[in-house]
Amino acid sequence: MRISRKKISLQAVEIPEVNISLINPIIQKYQGKKGNLIPVLQGVQGLYGYVPREAFIKLNEEMGLKLNDMYGVATFYAQFRLSPVGKHIIKVCHGTACHVQSATKITEALESELGVKDGHTTEDGLFTLESVACLGCCSLAPVMMVDDETFGSLNGKKAARAIKEIRRRETQHS
Amino acid sequence: MKKQIIVGLGSCGIAAGAGKVFAKAQSLIETGNFEADLKQTSCIGMCYKEPLVEVVDEKGHYIYGDMDVKKLEELFEKHIKNNVVIEDYVVESDVIKGHESHYFAGQVKIALRNCGYMDPESIEEAEARKAYQAIRKIAADKVSPEEVIQTVFDSGIRGRGGGGFPTGLKWRFARNSQSDEKYIICNADEGDPGAFMDRSLLEGDPHAVLEGMIIGAYAMKATGGVIYCRAEYPLAIKRLNIALMQARTKGYLGKNILGIEGFDLDIFVKEGAGAFVCGEETALIASVEGERGMPRKRPPFPAERGLWNKPTNINNVETFANIPYIVLNGADAYNKYGTEKSKGTKVFALTGKIKHGGLVEVPMGVSIREIIYDLGGGIQEDKKFKAVQLGGPSGGCIPESLIDTKVDYDSVNATGAIMGSGGMVVMDETTCMVDMARFFLNFTQEESCGKCTFCRIGTKRMLEILTRITHGEGKEGDIELLQELSQQIKDGSLCGLGQTAPNPVLTTIKYFRDEYEAHIKDKRCPAKNCKALLTYEVIPENCTGCTVCAVKCPSGCIDGSRKEIHFINQEACIKCGECFAGCNFEAIRVY
Repeated sequence: MRISRKKISLQAVEIPEVNISLINPIIQKYQGKKGNLIPVLQGVQGLYGYVPREAFIKLNEEMGLKLNDMYGVATFYAQFRLSPVGKHIIKVCHGTACHVQSATKITEALESELGVKDGHTTEDGLFTLESVACLGCCSLAPVMMVDDETFGSLNGKKAARAIKEIRRRETQHS
Repeated sequence: MKKQIIVGLGSCGIAAGAGKVFAKAQSLIETGNFEADLKQTSCIGMCYKEPLVEVVDEKGHYIYGDMDVKKLEELFEKHIKNNVVIEDYVVESDVIKGHESHYFAGQVKIALRNCGYMDPESIEEAEARKAYQAIRKIAADKVSPEEVIQTVFDSGIRGRGGGGFPTGLKWRFARNSQSDEKYIICNADEGDPGAFMDRSLLEGDPHAVLEGMIIGAYAMKATGGVIYCRAEYPLAIKRLNIALMQARTKGYLGKNILGIEGFDLDIFVKEGAGAFVCGEETALIASVEGERGMPRKRPPFPAERGLWNKPTNINNVETFANIPYIVLNGADAYNKYGTEKSKGTKVFALTGKIKHGGLVEVPMGVSIREIIYDLGGGIQEDKKFKAVQLGGPSGGCIPESLIDTKVDYDSVNATGAIMGSGGMVVMDETTCMVDMARFFLNFTQEESCGKCTFCRIGTKRMLEILTRITHGEGKEGDIELLQELSQQIKDGSLCGLGQTAPNPVLTTIKYFRDEYEAHIKDKRCPAKNCKALLTYEVIPENCTGCTVCAVKCPSGCIDGSRKEIHFINQEACIKCGECFAGCNFEAIRVY
């Protein structure tokens, strides 16, 4: 049920400092427009990967949006996050077609590859593992999406390999 | 003639690697060694052969399937340079016989008429394929709004989102509502897992949807338009926004559209934020208004009081895509297809354990057997067909005994399933129906908005019972309890989500009661899917003592040394199936 769908993470994640002035253009764009709440929150999440506490307060003060309305919306829709996420977000599809084609095995393989449970972020802050309802690529099931890239016709090994590849690229960069 | 190379860049094509193929084609052309134009299109519905590359030469067109970078180089060398068609790779062509031509032969493409046949980011190509001809005809012939509605009504088209309400009637209600402000909304919040025709339409032919909306706005005198699209469909949103810009520039949107005095309209895309319940009209409206997407009581219906309390009409993507065809070609051109009460064609998304997964558009009234076996090519690995889930989490499963059911609204409803948006998930003998019911209940339980008690708590209790059964802790009377709860949830819920949530459970009990009983009474899963109910055992006669299973076993529960018969310690077994999958001598049995 949607009231309780945001699980409170037990991970001790350090909340980083956020540069809250980044949201000024969003405020300007949507100030006074009706029905602006969801696009505003989407814009904020686009900047930080989640909706930081400070943003709620600033939006309340400068746009007059009520805190309880914003919190209600942010906890209702699956898209919004209230805590920081990893650099890369892995969305494993658990739609019907993927379920029939053993999507659970993909999640299990990734859990052991990353060493975190579904819904959590790796310690190095590189990956967040999530399950989603349907990515709409059903005929390539099972599928997962890493950031904007979709991987189809997976099995546990292929999924783990894709993650290894991204990790390799990341370590080379740094 | 300079050859054309067209790469299919829909979401699923890109997932299959079409992006790399496109980039390679670009770099090959840049070498200057090949004479060809490179273009893009979207999904032609043949997802199982993605990535697809089409070559058009003076003789006709050839669609190559299963392409990769290497095959593309071969294609350039042979077909582009030396005019040699690689017949082995051709899946469909108007020149030679492609080995997948039958996939198209059984289809009638009306909604999908342009998908995969044009560049969705070019309005000129769309216009060349008759986009905006219908609204031009309305403007030129001064067709009255009432005549438009009558044509739509006569065509017999019913809402393609799943409700099946006659579109013409819905439009008439909206037209009859008096107000100086009215809205037309396109529901593109395709949340039904297993259906992707709306995504494909928006990615492949956004102009058809826009034109359908423009015609609808003209007919009911709407002053504003909204497309409510899932945020999970970034490519669809991008292409819609491109199409909207182009339509504004060309004067299909704006003030006094095509010279029709007083016909002003603009359309915007609103991104959904991930909530299945927003497919319900009143919840969708609440979401557009920036609130939690919770449904409200009807009446008043949106046609009287909808968005911002103004009369509002909501149709699905596929419905809108059909409208320009109907208006341009007349009601008869559409209703010649279909059955008495379900006219026209319907797009189905074939997925699951089917050989040829993809999108097919067929006349209403063909049988499920024809769709699955003739178009879909049958079941993967030629396993036994068990059931097909129609209508997603709101629908139900149709068993093998009813495979000759015709797909029209009434025949499908009679089985206990619903047409829904047209997702067809095919299941074979390895799919456990109790687990399937649990899967859907898990989905609806999570997606319930929480407003109605029975939907909120009832689905939770049902899920608990189903989970218990799949864990081997089912009790006598569980089936009856599930049935009772189902009825209560149906009766006690305000919107379609709750009213239909028990359908997967009810239909699986109806057709696969024996599987439920096997789980509850015999503690056995006939499909060998529910882990807790499985037992892995070594077949002594077959075991060669190769130790592969013992090495693979992650819990170290297999005893035995080399050349001796092995033994699985049942207490420690975690039922992962590694031994079963790893054994080369079929010496592990699972039951």
